[in-house]
Amino acid sequence: MDRPNMDRIVVSDISKTFQLKPGQFVTVDGEATDRVTVLDGVDLSIRKGEFITLVGPSGSGKSVLLDIIGGLTQATDGNVQLDGRRITRPDPKTGYVFQQYALFPWRTALANIEYALEVRGVAKAERTATARHLLALFGLAGFENRFPNQLSGGMQQRVAIARALASNPEVLLMDEPFAALDQQTRELLQGELLRIWGKINTTVIFVTHSIDEAIFLADRVVVMTARPGAVKEIIDIDLPRPRDGDIRASAEFNLYRARVWDVLRDEVNKAQKDWTLSPAFSH
Amino acid sequence: MAYLTEKFGSAGALHLLAGAGETVAAARVPAIKASAKIRSKKASRGTFLYGVPLLGLFFLLWEIAPRLGWLNRIFFPPLSEVLVAWWALLASGVLIEHIGISLQRAAIGFALGVVVAIPLGLLMGRYSLFEKVSDLLVQTLRNTSQFALLPVFILLLGIGEESKVAITFYSSVFFLLVNTISGVKSVDPLLIKAARSMGTSDFDLFRKVILPASIPSIVAGARLAVKSSLFAVIGAEMLAAKSGLGFLIQNSQLMMETADMYAGILTLTVIGLTVNYLLVWFERWATAWKGQSETSLI
Repeated sequence: MDRPNMDRIVVSDISKTFQLKPGQFVTVDGEATDRVTVLDGVDLSIRKGEFITLVGPSGSGKSVLLDIIGGLTQATDGNVQLDGRRITRPDPKTGYVFQQYALFPWRTALANIEYALEVRGVAKAERTATARHLLALFGLAGFENRFPNQLSGGMQQRVAIARALASNPEVLLMDEPFAALDQQTRELLQGELLRIWGKINTTVIFVTHSIDEAIFLADRVVVMTARPGAVKEIIDIDLPRPRDGDIRASAEFNLYRARVWDVLRDEVNKAQKDWTLSPAFSH
Repeated sequence: MAYLTEKFGSAGALHLLAGAGETVAAARVPAIKASAKIRSKKASRGTFLYGVPLLGLFFLLWEIAPRLGWLNRIFFPPLSEVLVAWWALLASGVLIEHIGISLQRAAIGFALGVVVAIPLGLLMGRYSLFEKVSDLLVQTLRNTSQFALLPVFILLLGIGEESKVAITFYSSVFFLLVNTISGVKSVDPLLIKAARSMGTSDFDLFRKVILPASIPSIVAGARLAVKSSLFAVIGAEMLAAKSGLGFLIQNSQLMMETADMYAGILTLTVIGLTVNYLLVWFERWATAWKGQSETSLI
């Protein structure tokens, strides 16, 4: 199954320890410390064009791992390679989508998408054309001149995804992008994301708290352990594509649901215990 | 246990419905906002109308009190006499000249304040070491009265335009600086993270993210700064000048031409009201993206 030359992203033995501010400390395993290890020895290879979802209990470092792959944070140990090159800062080949949209409120929908091209020195005419095309692709033609606060949450996240795709990224990092949306909008956007992903074949790493979402979207679901996070198990999702919402009601889907939950349950329990033991934890 | 509460299954038809519903709901949002805006505009016009009778009473008292001998007519001429004097000053071109010179002094000082305060504020807000080093000096200067420094400016820069520009600059720069710093500090870190994820350079981060995000705070500071530099120029002209509205008011008092003095004061009031109105309008325009901006007229 593994064809090493097809690996786009290779995460090797990543660890991340946060040093708290002077005077702050937390209780870890009954001992007071000013250092918190959130990732400990993460290994993961992601193939070109693959859709990976990351699930794990709160505090398992999913978002931190995404930041490291995105070049926004440095790992304390280990390294991440993108196409054989070590990542030390944001790579132009990578797009990032956040849970809270992170649109620039003073820019219109169109200008928000253009921003991604502007900072990369694309000419005005070309970036406007690209941005218009992307808005249309996401069903937002006619909303070019709306400011983010004039758009619904689902529309804002569509714009944010369009912005991340504007520079034609080879890797798309998504940090719980649909978590703030209502269930209907969420499922709608999952479908749209798969539709567009099917056209562009970008490698996607998608963090989520939802098992359903993880299974519905993914080629492989990566289950993380409780803090300090590591890869507990990788589950291949052999559901046919293209997928639509009906698949959630299928017997296979239910089996996957049970399987992922089975792997995750112990870690969630562990995490809950961890959090009750260290109420002072915050970062 | 949120995992367990995830919804099981969903029909394709529901997707379509949800999609349509969402678009309609979203399209309705701006409409609601627009009507709210109209309502608030009506409300502020209403507030304005409510205020008219009391102001009218004030002007009426001003007219009749000197005529009835309640106030000394020499020190306090009736409003109608003041308006006549005002018209004469205007017709002779004297008033326009004084207005022009005062506004020019205030504007140059304010513009210099903008040029200095915004880049400095961006740096101080962004780099904590820079702020730590400079904060004490800024606080010290900020709490020194600009009028106390007027003699210093005159000693250093002479009695001419430079010392007036210096005092208006000094009066405006700290409002702009403090508000730029607080604007920069309150930029949503997520926006900076998003910008960095798209490969934004440090320079572009200032220009395209931190500066626009700080504009509401900077414009609020600019409103205070403009007022402050207008006040300062009047004060400076009263103390040491041969032209400007401050000089006109002060000189008219010395010459016992009290109608001219009040005409000068009224002119200042009108300028103050106009400038404030323009600034509120500018603030609304510059922060239109925030949706309903609840800026008071004060």
